[in-house]
Amino acid sequence: MRFSTILRHIREGFKNVGRNGWMTFASMSSIAVSLFILGVFMLLAMNVSKLADQLDSQVQINVYLQTDTTEAKAQEIERLLKRIPEVKTVTFVSKAEGLERFRDSMGEEGRAALDGYDAENNPLPDSFEIEAFDPQQISYIAKQIEAINLTDPEKSIERVKYGKDTIEKLFSITNAVRNIGIVIVLGLTVMAMFLISTTIKMTIIARRREISIMKLVGATNSFIRWPFFIEGAIIGFFGSLLSAAILMFGYSQLVESTSATVGLYMIQFATMDEVMSSVGGSIIGLGTVLGIFGSTISVRRYLRV
Amino acid sequence: MIEMQDIWKTYADGTTALQGINVVIDRNEFVYIVGPSGAGKSTFMKLIYREEYPSKGQISVNGFNIGKLKHRKIPYVRRNIGVIFQDYKLLPKMTAFENVAFAMEVIETPRRLIRRRTMEVLELVGLKHKAGSLPAQLSGGEQQRVAIARAIVNNPAVIVADEPTGNLDPETSWGIMNLLEEINFRGTTIVMATHNKEIVNTMRKRVIAIERGTIVRDQARGEYGYEI
Repeated sequence: MRFSTILRHIREGFKNVGRNGWMTFASMSSIAVSLFILGVFMLLAMNVSKLADQLDSQVQINVYLQTDTTEAKAQEIERLLKRIPEVKTVTFVSKAEGLERFRDSMGEEGRAALDGYDAENNPLPDSFEIEAFDPQQISYIAKQIEAINLTDPEKSIERVKYGKDTIEKLFSITNAVRNIGIVIVLGLTVMAMFLISTTIKMTIIARRREISIMKLVGATNSFIRWPFFIEGAIIGFFGSLLSAAILMFGYSQLVESTSATVGLYMIQFATMDEVMSSVGGSIIGLGTVLGIFGSTISVRRYLRV
Repeated sequence: MIEMQDIWKTYADGTTALQGINVVIDRNEFVYIVGPSGAGKSTFMKLIYREEYPSKGQISVNGFNIGKLKHRKIPYVRRNIGVIFQDYKLLPKMTAFENVAFAMEVIETPRRLIRRRTMEVLELVGLKHKAGSLPAQLSGGEQQRVAIARAIVNNPAVIVADEPTGNLDPETSWGIMNLLEEINFRGTTIVMATHNKEIVNTMRKRVIAIERGTIVRDQARGEYGYEI
């Protein structure tokens, strides 16, 4: 193929977009609409996954010491805890601090019940809060802590608490949400592909006659196919660009208007940068590819004239 | 130029359109194909530009044996044959200029040459001033002239015209016929199917009459009519 012919096909592809005004509009809107829906779900899935990550990182182990443990002994235990490779941070919570926190977490009425207690008769033990690098290793870490206690003659650790059931439930939920999100996104992708190729097929059925005329004049199949290819790419690109732009704008507005409220719950949305590169990028890429495939696959059916 | 030897054509639905056609059409001839509707005229024409292929027999056009031709090769054969139809078959969204230029783009002619040659043939058919019009903005006669311009733009050896005046009034028809005669005079073989008695009887060219799938008359300087 000559270079000038390649240019001709590109020119012709752009001209076809204009010549088939309404059909172009129909295909572009179908791409924009279906990718918009897909994009909404992608954003949703992304934020759920982000939320799950945040919950994961809040999972911790509480190690309670015997109430009569000495300060020196507590420090020794802290050193041992820090030596466990899977442990990220160890925070000491003194019995006074523990009481303070307990008081804060209670409501008005409960607080009154704690009024009798002060530093002298504090019933709470000293404790450690332990964070893991990987939340999934929490129970493994807990076992190691129990092992430390076994070798300790004083058995200073009274209890290792990490809400076994809660954590496992949380993991099963977040994993399920992630998997369902992936399935929904995949399903929507297939649906978008179907919808788009149907629309493009309709526009090409309308042009069946044109294709047969081109063949009568002696055009080869590839000569006919190329402008359709370019046209499909243009429709796909601009259709998806439109939906990506609307999504990004809508998302930034949403984040801006709600971050103040939502931030109070220590929850963060996926940032614009993350969203742009993953959702925006994949929608535009997918749209362009869909446009190309839709038009070239459909035109193929009419080339055997 | 065109040679058919014992050509038979039976369609998939079982109808037999041609039964043992033998004919030789020489370079630079002007031939009318006449016959009643359904006699096999259209099939005869379609075989020449390879829209259909024969069930049996040999056909060669311009030296190519086109009876057995791979799908891939068909476009290259068609480039040597200009086709004109009753319904013009212009690309509706392209201007007159673009329609004619398309036939040249197909054979990868340089763009500058396309411009010059397209304007040249549009002038020849008398439509230079309508180069930028869409088919819908042209009259039937004008559309047929654009189709003729497209058919001749690559200087084909043969022009196949299937009832080119079928949709046109008598006066316009004569304009088209004069144009075809001029093209023939310049050296192009023309095979034209028609129902127009007046044209055939006035122009006095070779007439091949087809009826029930066979040639019933083949006469130089013949007249219209196909009754045996």
